[in-house]
Amino acid sequence: MNDPRTAPRTWIRGATIVTSDGEIGTGDLVLADGRIEGAEPRGPVDHEVDATGLVATAAFIDPHVHLREPGFEVKEDLVSGLAAAAAGGYGTVVSMANTDPVVDEPGLVRSLIEKAERLGGTRLRPAAALSMGLRGERLTDAAALAEAGAVMLTDDGIPVVDGELMRRACEWARDLDLVVQTHSEDPTLRGDGVMNEGAVSERLGLPGNPRAAEAAMTYRDAEIARLTGARVHIAHVSCRAALDVVAFFKEKGVSVTCEVTPHHLTLTDEALASFDPVFKVAPPLRTADDVQALRDGIRSGLVDCLGTDHAPHTREEKQRDLLSAPFGIAHIEVAFPVLYEALVLGGVVALPELLRLLQDGPADVMGWPAPSLAEGAPADVVLLDLDTARTVDPGRFLSKAKFGPWDGQTLRGWPMRTWVAGREVFRRDDAR
Amino acid sequence: MTVKAILLDARELDRALTRIAHEIVESNKGAENLALVGVHTRGVPIAERLADRIASFESLRPPVGKLDITLYRDDLTEIALQPVVKKTEVAFDVSGMRLVLCDDVLYTGRTARAALDALVDMGRPAAIQYAVLVDRGHRELPIRADYVGKNVPTRRDEVVKVRLEEIDGEDGVVLGVRGEAPT
Amino acid sequence: MSERFRRLLDFSGMDVDRILAILATTDVMAQVLQRPVKRVPALQGFTVATLFFEDSTRTRLSFERAARAQSADVMAFARGGTSLSKGESLRDTVATLDALQVDAYVVRHPAAGAAHQVASWTDAAVINAGDGRRAHPTQALLDAYAYREATGRPFEETRLTIVGDVAHSRVARSDAELWQRLGAEVVLCGPPTLLPPDLAALPGVRLETRLEPALDGAHAVMALRLQHERMDTGRIHSTAAYAERYQLTEARLAGAHPDAVVLHPGPMNRDVEIEGALADGPRSLITRQVAAGVPVRMAVLYHLLVGKGSR
Repeated sequence: MNDPRTAPRTWIRGATIVTSDGEIGTGDLVLADGRIEGAEPRGPVDHEVDATGLVATAAFIDPHVHLREPGFEVKEDLVSGLAAAAAGGYGTVVSMANTDPVVDEPGLVRSLIEKAERLGGTRLRPAAALSMGLRGERLTDAAALAEAGAVMLTDDGIPVVDGELMRRACEWARDLDLVVQTHSEDPTLRGDGVMNEGAVSERLGLPGNPRAAEAAMTYRDAEIARLTGARVHIAHVSCRAALDVVAFFKEKGVSVTCEVTPHHLTLTDEALASFDPVFKVAPPLRTADDVQALRDGIRSGLVDCLGTDHAPHTREEKQRDLLSAPFGIAHIEVAFPVLYEALVLGGVVALPELLRLLQDGPADVMGWPAPSLAEGAPADVVLLDLDTARTVDPGRFLSKAKFGPWDGQTLRGWPMRTWVAGREVFRRDDAR
Repeated sequence: MTVKAILLDARELDRALTRIAHEIVESNKGAENLALVGVHTRGVPIAERLADRIASFESLRPPVGKLDITLYRDDLTEIALQPVVKKTEVAFDVSGMRLVLCDDVLYTGRTARAALDALVDMGRPAAIQYAVLVDRGHRELPIRADYVGKNVPTRRDEVVKVRLEEIDGEDGVVLGVRGEAPT
Repeated sequence: MSERFRRLLDFSGMDVDRILAILATTDVMAQVLQRPVKRVPALQGFTVATLFFEDSTRTRLSFERAARAQSADVMAFARGGTSLSKGESLRDTVATLDALQVDAYVVRHPAAGAAHQVASWTDAAVINAGDGRRAHPTQALLDAYAYREATGRPFEETRLTIVGDVAHSRVARSDAELWQRLGAEVVLCGPPTLLPPDLAALPGVRLETRLEPALDGAHAVMALRLQHERMDTGRIHSTAAYAERYQLTEARLAGAHPDAVVLHPGPMNRDVEIEGALADGPRSLITRQVAAGVPVRMAVLYHLLVGKGSR
């Protein structure tokens, strides 16, 4: 269904065109045969879109999502997860391997890709497990997985305890030019922590997970990047201490990159005072100082990209007690409004810099060409309404997880329409 | 509350208590084995005064107890405001005693019912009698007083307000209607 | 005290008047329990459900007795029994019980915040009977009640020292919160592995890793139960090593106020966290604490249930 030859010609008119390089100005954009055709149609137009007052930019890349298929379709599946990604303005997502069965066999990689292509929505690029069954004992066949289309090696969700296993995975990855993404937390130091360790956890009587657990493992993983020369991508950096480690290694020229999430940029451990497990996430929400450090890292360019770590669970699971509820926040549909409010309207960075963290940044981490609106580029486009405030209504989420930290809040910056390979994959209810 | 009539002035109230004290002694053939139990709040000074009077013409002063009936009210599942539970102070063993329950106003009989249940839960008295300063009628339970200062026919929308020196700074009983006094 | 008092989850936001009112009602309830008939009809028509996801027969029976002594109906649910099956969410359990017209939930749960979660899902009254490490408010109330009854010393002139596994103790957190609110000075003492420095952020609390300065001038000293699993996780070397430095003994109380009293929330490891002779001696309020359990819980149930109108 993604056959570009059958993609329609769409004429987006009067948009404010913005890229990571800056605002280009008001103009038109024509999508044809799955590619950007230019500013003027060169043939019969199938659809004309009035984009006055909206921003047109390249659809985003999310290097970190959990789509739960196969095995946990009750939480999310490819249909709901990719639809949610499209609603969030994402043209491409990298799915994590912690499914059931685990994505540790080439056959599973192929079937995920094939199914997503049949769906014809947001592009799916599966990550493969680093160790068989995510058990942290035996390497997967990275070469075969890469050949099948896996774009990343990671045991995300479960830190790789065995340093040598991590080292050997990195050696394969370097050779295959795959990125290794790490969930860097030392499980022996993290213990049974369900939230950030600190004054709040002590006040709330909840087991804490110290920032040292994250920083220490980040250090080890970065050292392995230095040792092997592999591209190591530190997922969801949540605290100042871990970000300091990344900065240290980047300064040394080590091939380490990092991402931060919308929730770590906007929420703190004080949210747990509600005792609502919707705020239970790993790594945990940290303190205001950590949020500041992450925002400083965004501003300085130390942070390479944004990733949502969209991690849906059922409402039932998230209404358990805080010790037994699973970790994870599902929010890919509101990620851009949340980021736009916090970072752009909050004065941290200008819109082009935010776009860079959602377009060029993740592409660089993955080793892909940056999304672009240039003639001939894949027609992955999103229209953003930066002005209209809308209330977050989780009942309308396309994700199966119809709840989240921002429910009921009023935000600006909503994706209105998304095209992938020239096909419209999302159109908000109130879009023109 | 708007005052409609004075039912008892200070002297009449005093006389009524004196008469009740005599009736109690007469009916119980003395003050032996007798105890007075006042219901919080205004039943307590009434019981004290009755005991003082009995002491003035008998050789002994019957012991006085204070009873809080809150935990025995039958409307706790419904009321809007939470009553403050006060301490019951009955320093003597009620078993075998002739108890006189004392209160200011007898109305529906529900307070007396609660007080009877509370007394019975403290032991097994030989007898329980009931003394009130005013009986205003409108009984909802089969309860009657053994000693009454004054019987007053009332309407339900009227209020009988007993005022006692120890609590209110003056003695007297007035009849009123609910609501603000017209200015 | 104007807003309806419907949940006892911890003492945050609770004013001193309300605490004192509960202690005053406790006096009356204690009196009821000394009569030949140890029951009043106050809560007739109310249904109290005990919801215990963690074993604690003592606390559960104490609450059930407190409810029955006021003629409430009691429904008991306990993990491991027939009713609370694993896997069912807390929310589903509450929804099921709400349909049975429960007026008050008494919740014990291994997870901090569980009682808060229950309170967010039901209109019924909710009492936290212990949630993880967080809070055990009725225990703190009965500790304060037993202390006041025994000593008559104003809380404003009291120093309370709590010794032991503070890190994992909901009793320590609740007592620190309550006594501090009543005007007392609170000192928390324990080995460095069981006394997180972040606890210093609690209002009115001082931390001490050494027993001697912690006991200095104390009017009330509470020993916490030492769980054996603390040895397995390497928090302490051995029971003996712990007792060597942190066991409360008559001799170590030399630096405390001459009339200092000793408390223990139970169950007690005799001669581990507290010297047996001290626990049995004249300073000990342990028997009073046990005796205060039912009247305090009666008072709490009365205050939470009466005066809301019927459901």
